[in-house]
Amino acid sequence: MAEVVLRDVVKNYGALPVVHSINLDIAHGEFVVLVGPSGCGKSTTLRMIAGLEDISGGTVRIGDRVVNDLPPRDRNISMVFQNYALYPHMTVRENLGFSLHIARRSKADIERAVADAADILSLTPLLDRKPGQLSGGQRQRVAMGRAIVRHPDVFLFDEPLSNLDAKLRTQMRVEIKRLHQKVGTTIIYVTHDQIEAMTLADRIVIMRDGHIVQIGTPLEVFERPVNAFVATFIGSPPMNLLPATVTGGALRLADGTTLPLPPGLSARDGRALHFGVRADNIMPEGHAMPPTSHMAYADMPVTLTEPLGTETLLFGTLAGTEVQAKMLNPRPVRAGEVLRFGIALDKCHLFDAATGASLRV
Amino acid sequence: MDQGRSHRIRRRLLRAGHFIGLFLAMAAICLPGLWVVLNSFRPTVEIMAKPPVWIPTELNLDNYRAMFGGIGEGGVPVLTYFRNSLVISLTSTVIALLVGMAGGYAFARYRIPGKSAIFVGLMVTRAVPGVALSLPLFILYGRLGIIDTHFGMILVYVALNVPFTIWLIDGFFRQVPKELAEAAEIDGCTRWQAFWKVEFPVARAGIASAGIFAFLTSWNEYALASQLTRSLNSKTMPVGLMDFTSQFTLNWGGMCALAVLMILPALVLTFLVQKHLIAGLTFGGVKG
Repeated sequence: MAEVVLRDVVKNYGALPVVHSINLDIAHGEFVVLVGPSGCGKSTTLRMIAGLEDISGGTVRIGDRVVNDLPPRDRNISMVFQNYALYPHMTVRENLGFSLHIARRSKADIERAVADAADILSLTPLLDRKPGQLSGGQRQRVAMGRAIVRHPDVFLFDEPLSNLDAKLRTQMRVEIKRLHQKVGTTIIYVTHDQIEAMTLADRIVIMRDGHIVQIGTPLEVFERPVNAFVATFIGSPPMNLLPATVTGGALRLADGTTLPLPPGLSARDGRALHFGVRADNIMPEGHAMPPTSHMAYADMPVTLTEPLGTETLLFGTLAGTEVQAKMLNPRPVRAGEVLRFGIALDKCHLFDAATGASLRV
Repeated sequence: MDQGRSHRIRRRLLRAGHFIGLFLAMAAICLPGLWVVLNSFRPTVEIMAKPPVWIPTELNLDNYRAMFGGIGEGGVPVLTYFRNSLVISLTSTVIALLVGMAGGYAFARYRIPGKSAIFVGLMVTRAVPGVALSLPLFILYGRLGIIDTHFGMILVYVALNVPFTIWLIDGFFRQVPKELAEAAEIDGCTRWQAFWKVEFPVARAGIASAGIFAFLTSWNEYALASQLTRSLNSKTMPVGLMDFTSQFTLNWGGMCALAVLMILPALVLTFLVQKHLIAGLTFGGVKG
């Protein structure tokens, strides 16, 4: 087990930079998730930590060793690949024991370690099968088992769940979290799925275009996104963004509706902004959380509904922009029905229209 | 109801048609070979009979006996030819496979400037008919003094087979996901170990099939061998077949007998490796 430190890490493909000077400190035993849209450099960063990609600049340190020039085998890491990368010509037992076999550990040692890993992941009945005879979820567990047998300093996961169907993904997500609680090893996990990031991470690292946009705990990045990108990327449904201008100390939306500025935020007159509100903070009257002292109200016609059981997502148009709202204790709503919505202003955000930067930070 | 029945009848007819078509095609492919085998057991009179004798009246091993017999009795040095063929074919196959594996792997895995041009260049060499090379090769070999040597023949067959083995093996390595080698490297392998312990076994079936092709090419090749071999030093079995021709006669029975001896090892090898091919790959290690 060890900490992982990235200092000014750069990756160029030829003249094309794909990762720009990344700095990241990952504490011993921490579960860190790198998340971002495809092409943001998260996988490349992980592969640089693994030693599968050369590092064009900066240093990567695992424990007290700078590993820039060490081959993957000397970094004492293990990795779970998106396509599992199980050795198809070996049984599950051989797959699990392969790394120990390469390290020339004794037969008894290997057997014990394989049995332990198989036990943790309930693979014992499958030990004599080949990967081709396993289901997707079982292969996933074998891949994880292969990672844990050698007690590495760091686990690296590269989108390990994206090949599974939705139900299995939820199940494996729990297993991964449980595994982390059990073994306590540092985990660096790459995904493009913000729900995975939120549910698994101790800290989330949000990346975009080769830069780190924000680092924080799941609640921090959810509640205090540094910019509009993070605000719309994290959380489901994505945060609604409404173009607005500051006029006379109030927000003027595109259709002329005015709302008070969210408490604690101020901006000079004439500044172009985006008003950000999550579906959880815009709810029809009578079907909402108890109103806070900073409520604003607006009428909005409902165009579409998505009943989810305990709540219903309402799609409507507010000031010319499509907005998603939530209805708690739902009742059936017809399309076209105009409802009065309450907006919890103290939970709302303002972002600069040009840079996207949040006014809260 | 009625419609269902006519549909069923049509399907049966179609299936019968398939079988007849397949049977005819297989017959066209197999009959010459079977005829050779049959002729090797028949006296010359019956082979040459007009109209042909379809159902043999007499089968014996005379042709084989004569072939293995002394000079003068129609004997030819079968064992020497066989040994030459075996040495030349096996050695050239092994070398072609090694070069093919190195080349195929490089093509499949690494970025090489001008890769596609090199690849096309390799394939173009296959477009030149082998016979067209016989005269230049003969002159070259004459100067080098390697006519009628195993070495010379092995060199020719390696050159003939390498583009093909590279092409085939490249295809098989492309099917092996590169994550397998990466996983192996993370599991503690060196680059070299990752290749031999993971990528090679996974692509083994494909490499074996490339091996069969290379072996059969060398084993059956006649045109170049007939120019570049002179004596017992290096004559291969296909060239040995010509021993049965003389100025005025052609010993068809003997030729067929030697041909059968030629076919046998190739057949056995193909069956052996084919089993391996089928048992081969389930790419279960990664999600397809």
